[in-house]
Amino acid sequence: MTAPAEVSHSQAAPTPPGRLRIIVCIKQVPKAQELQIDPVTKTLKRSGVPSEINPPDHNAIELALQLKDRYGADVTFVSMGPTSFDEALERAIAMGGDRGILLTDRALSGSDTVPTGYALSETIHKLGISDLILCGEETTDSSTGHVGPGIAGHLDLSQLTYIFDAEIVGRTVRAHRMVEDGIEYWEAPLPALLTVNFGCNKPREPTLSGKIRAKRPGAIVHWSAADVGLDPAKIGLKGSPTVVEKVETVKLPDRKGEMFTGPPREAVAALLARLRSEGLLAG
Amino acid sequence: MDQFDVAVVGAGPAGSAAAYQLAKSGLSVILIERGGAAGQKNVFGGRIYAYPLQQLIPDWQKDCPIERIVTHEGLALLTADSMTSILIDLPQPANPAALSFTALRPAFDKWLATKAEAAGAMLITGIRVDDLRWENGRVAGIVAGTDQVKADVTIAADGVVSGLAQKAKLRPELPPGEIAVGVKETIQLPQATLEERFGLTATEGVAISSIGYPTQGLRGGGFLYTNKTTVSLGLVVDEVRDLTDAKLQIADLMDQFRLHPHIQRYLKGGKVIEYSAHMIPKQGWNMLPPLWRDGFLVAGDAGGFLINHGYSYRGVDLAIASGMAAASAVLAAKRAGDFSANALGQYRAELERLGLWDELKRFRRAPRFLRTSRLFSLYPQLACDIARAVYGIEGMGHPRLSKLVRRQLKGRVSYLTLLRDLIRGARSM
Repeated sequence: MTAPAEVSHSQAAPTPPGRLRIIVCIKQVPKAQELQIDPVTKTLKRSGVPSEINPPDHNAIELALQLKDRYGADVTFVSMGPTSFDEALERAIAMGGDRGILLTDRALSGSDTVPTGYALSETIHKLGISDLILCGEETTDSSTGHVGPGIAGHLDLSQLTYIFDAEIVGRTVRAHRMVEDGIEYWEAPLPALLTVNFGCNKPREPTLSGKIRAKRPGAIVHWSAADVGLDPAKIGLKGSPTVVEKVETVKLPDRKGEMFTGPPREAVAALLARLRSEGLLAG
Repeated sequence: MDQFDVAVVGAGPAGSAAAYQLAKSGLSVILIERGGAAGQKNVFGGRIYAYPLQQLIPDWQKDCPIERIVTHEGLALLTADSMTSILIDLPQPANPAALSFTALRPAFDKWLATKAEAAGAMLITGIRVDDLRWENGRVAGIVAGTDQVKADVTIAADGVVSGLAQKAKLRPELPPGEIAVGVKETIQLPQATLEERFGLTATEGVAISSIGYPTQGLRGGGFLYTNKTTVSLGLVVDEVRDLTDAKLQIADLMDQFRLHPHIQRYLKGGKVIEYSAHMIPKQGWNMLPPLWRDGFLVAGDAGGFLINHGYSYRGVDLAIASGMAAASAVLAAKRAGDFSANALGQYRAELERLGLWDELKRFRRAPRFLRTSRLFSLYPQLACDIARAVYGIEGMGHPRLSKLVRRQLKGRVSYLTLLRDLIRGARSM
């Protein structure tokens, strides 16, 4: 883990006019291999476990950077969460983006996908309308896939989901959408929101110059709910209609170990006899 | 291209100490670490002498991740089934500069790198520096992948193999004869068990070096350090070549060491939670490579700052001190606006001022003495045999000590050789 980047609370650096402007919404999630459930609260442990950029968001970042390589673009990353999320923003910038905005406020904790979509759309609105907004298809820690479409709804944008590639033609985006029996090509006027397929590309590694850029003062800016002008009634736990009624953890049966000792020939014979008696081995 | 006053490569003790001091003095510093975090590439779990820390960060004790303060020192001579050892219990010194402590390098290095970052250095992790950047025949920064960073001075603190010192043409690739190899296991024990077995309070620690078994006469030795809830147990073989010549695997020797009855006494029931191997520089004074050229300095293991006392290894304190000396030299060069080899030659004066130059010189004899193979097979065996003869009374007629010793020495080593080794050994220590 790297130490948090220097953070300033000032306005984000302005985007140069006339360039394609892309926003990528990203989230930091506990590493899939290291998922732990709190035995008391039965919720996902989020602190003290290794985290990573939500893998589908990682693909969205890569797609944005490919578009930047192809057409030239200004790429801003937006995230919402605790300040530890700076780590994800830092990595995203180090991969080749330009800046990161973290919406961070205690009032936002407990938000489900409804306030999250609202809060992110207001953040994007405050940044000034962009040409393209990319989101991962869903997060690996809750797998709803609500937030991308939620943002599009709030901002009244065209949305195309499960995209694996895109072209920009004039003021139009031509998106490649993976479906079961082929590829669909969709066009939408800019600005538009795309959600990006998990695993559709190979996210690039951060570079030294990218890492330096991410560490420069002002690379990551923190905004509070008030900075974005969020309605306190519409965020946090009370703005969240989802009620978790019950969480059950499934306990896998313990494996029983049995040791067969003695000379190898006898031990093997005993093992075979045991397997046969359990009906695990025919003959 | 990004530009800094100083690029420091390697966020180990030498690099972080240099970056800390330079950033604190107001220079723009980039500290680049290959590991995903400072300390990640390190194997060391051992002891650190505090005196340079005391000078660099006077309040270091406040948050330094100390495992235990070393209050018990041991030297053990091992044979396959016996151990003759000296254990020294000392009260904790009142002067913090005189402390030594055990630490785990992933935590310690991260701590020191964070100090450098807090002082204003830009810490970049997960980036491997591939090459030096040259301008008119002088080093002018570094190259990583397709990126370059421009810097007035580059400090190579990139460890024992120091790719950069080679790229700077300050030294050739290390021949196997100049590298020692170390292996280490981290063995977990319940804290209460550990403290009971070693006779420690919650803050006290023990540091033991051993010679003899299981190195089969090869030059080298073992070490044991207690951490809070783990023991660092390891083995060093002084020359990689010796191992290959003897067709031995250091992993097998390590198993024998761990399973030695007297080592098992301490470790029984413990769980090996980590196993690692690393190269250790063994240049010492005689091999100290040139340490600077235009726009370039070498510090820490990369510069060969390691002393093998025979009864202990010192590296981290020398690394920190060399990083501090490098930083002072760069600050002087910055004031003069001259980063030539001539100006950076101040490094030597700074090493002298910190006593490092003399220290390495003083111990220059150790490596030669340590080449005496008698030290690693015959003498541990003799010590145990004499002890057994002296203490083992099998009935009447127990001879006097002098006779017992004479009897043990007979046919194994001449008085003259023994005397010469004793004098050499005493002088090299």
